Amino acid sequence: MYAQMVETGVKTVKDRSEMGAEEQAFMARIDEESKIEPQDWMPDAYRKTLVRQISQHAHSEIIGMQPEGNWLTRAPTIKRKLQLAAKIQDECGHGQYLYSAAETLGVGRDELLDQLHTGKAKYSSIFNYPTLNWADMGAVGWLVDGAAIVNQVILQRTSYGPYSRAMVRICKEESFHQRQGYEILLTMMEKGTQAQKDMVQDAINRLWWPSLMMFGPNDDSSPNTAQSLEWKIKRKTNDELRQMFIDQTIPQLEVLGCTAPDPDLKWNEATGHYDFGEINWEEFFNVIKGNGPCNKQRLAKKVNAHEQGAWVREAAMAHATKQQAKAAAKVA
Amino acid sequence: MSTADWPLFEVFIRSRHGLSHKHVGSVHAVDATNALENARELYTRRNEGTSIWVVPSNTITASAPEQKDALFTSPVDKIYRHPSFYELPAAVDKM
Repeated sequence: MYAQMVETGVKTVKDRSEMGAEEQAFMARIDEESKIEPQDWMPDAYRKTLVRQISQHAHSEIIGMQPEGNWLTRAPTIKRKLQLAAKIQDECGHGQYLYSAAETLGVGRDELLDQLHTGKAKYSSIFNYPTLNWADMGAVGWLVDGAAIVNQVILQRTSYGPYSRAMVRICKEESFHQRQGYEILLTMMEKGTQAQKDMVQDAINRLWWPSLMMFGPNDDSSPNTAQSLEWKIKRKTNDELRQMFIDQTIPQLEVLGCTAPDPDLKWNEATGHYDFGEINWEEFFNVIKGNGPCNKQRLAKKVNAHEQGAWVREAAMAHATKQQAKAAAKVA
Repeated sequence: MSTADWPLFEVFIRSRHGLSHKHVGSVHAVDATNALENARELYTRRNEGTSIWVVPSNTITASAPEQKDALFTSPVDKIYRHPSFYELPAAVDKM
């Protein structure tokens, strides 16, 4: 999930009888699966939660360009380079769709970027891990985009109209990302040297657990989930989504001929799901707090790009103003 | 100066000849020409369109949610405006 631990600002889910008429009417619309649109009345906490979740999602797409950008100049063939460039451009586009959706809630894009640049807003923990070899490009596409797809397919049914529509667009494009990633790994496993095959397993070993962390904390330590489910911002819990991801990923792992770095991973005939080991939550919270391997580097690069690009934005605006003045003078 | 100073444009795309332009989202841009460029980059990376419109967002007048009943309830009971209201013999019912 690209948004983790989104604060709802709500301690306990309110009973309907405690709500005023407006809020009851709002909840009735949520119950009947009606989408909430920008001009509609909504509880303040619903609006704030959405701004947090959508902007965190957008920031993740934007920061998510960095681990892949790292390999753009070193892609092994021109074909792989073009594919990777297209994928990175998509991620930027996804960020833009999401910022647009957040803006419909009355928040400025500048304000959102400022929250990212000052560290006030978070982005997904996964992008604070380094991409150390070419196989990481495959593993990121397959596992990271794969985890994002599981989350985003469900989020197409989220209750806020503009967020839901952004998810529909994103899901259409995301499937290419996962398939190109998997194909990178498959090619290395089928045609590669032993060293290249080892690279694939190494990439999976390093990215497996961080990918599972993308879905956020366990349900029993996720106090905001109940409220987000009640509002239908979220449609499934963190643990449900994580299990879906694992169940669909293991057969793909087997086709590759690789293994997961989890001795407890095994098929459970009784539940019809894979059992898996305990996630290292200490590591997860540490990365969320800003102490992951690449947090500082990622943020510094983003801030630098924004600052270095300021003159381009200023020049474009100055040019437009001048053109408008010229056109106005002609009319007069 | 920052992107927040850049006006917002709504983007409409005609996906195929013969279809209407449809709203797809919005972009920030310094002017209309730039909005077209940005819309092309953002919304047509996969052959989605044959034509783009961009419209300054602040020029759109929208109905308010409170007006929903006043605007749209009256047609609901005017079922005689639909062809299915008129029952005809089977022989001519394809009309």
